[in-house]
Amino acid sequence: MNNRNIVLFIGGIVFGFGLALGGMSKPEIVLSFLQLKDFGLILLMGAGTGVAFVAINVVPRFVKKPVLGGEFKPRTRTLSRNTLIGATIFGVGWGLSGQCPGSALSSLGVGNIPVLLGIAAMFQGAYVMGRFFG
Amino acid sequence: MFPLGVTSYILGGVVIGLAVSFVYLLTGQHATQSSLFSSTLSYFSKVPFFNRKTYLESREWRLYFAAGVILGALLYTVTISPDGFWTTSVQWWRLLLGGFLVGFGTRLSSGCTSGHGISGIASLSTTSLYAVITFIVVGVITANLMLMLGVAP
Repeated sequence: MNNRNIVLFIGGIVFGFGLALGGMSKPEIVLSFLQLKDFGLILLMGAGTGVAFVAINVVPRFVKKPVLGGEFKPRTRTLSRNTLIGATIFGVGWGLSGQCPGSALSSLGVGNIPVLLGIAAMFQGAYVMGRFFG
Repeated sequence: MFPLGVTSYILGGVVIGLAVSFVYLLTGQHATQSSLFSSTLSYFSKVPFFNRKTYLESREWRLYFAAGVILGALLYTVTISPDGFWTTSVQWWRLLLGGFLVGFGTRLSSGCTSGHGISGIASLSTTSLYAVITFIVVGVITANLMLMLGVAP
């Protein structure tokens, strides 16, 4: 395992711990947000974004390179029709099932075996997208 | 507004933010989730979309990252979780159909709640902001329609 993979593995452990701690491994809690009964998901997203903002936007002004070398990659996504059509389709799936990619993986970690169906279906959906619309 | 309190949400968010920060400061990579599907498909498929440079370069660390996410949630479950192991009561057909749309939609949109939601907004990307507003509004409408149709939870 090279250093980058070790960092990503550790980062993944922390990310998954945070998702589970914040209740996101339970589709029921995500659905209670989308049903406008519990606004905790917004707090979680806001806190996560606030902390990440410092690392992504502030630190690179003072530090030129990542610790392991290479460069700080900007997130380059240009707004297109697909961004919004994709987000709409994602929203339907999210509202239908309370699952998103990260939360589904963390859900597996809390022992929610049925979510394997959801993860398998996500791969199918990603395949159809790349095969016919990529 | 917050029937379960606010503490676990804020703490969970901070921990997720720290994970994203840790990865970014050490490697310069955005620790995001949904690209995993496309990058992992490059191991099995010759379809050009999955064999783009960006997926071939990231497919290995994305698997380590995903394994970490599963393990981290497991770690939470066996240490400080008040509930222990847990299974959803969301019906199988919703997991399946919803999952398909999530996989398709996040890839068409090039991001999910993590990529657009956390890394994208933290990068002050307006593209991501529009995507987040779109999937939250559509998610709220869909979830409430399901509720009206008597589908629970």
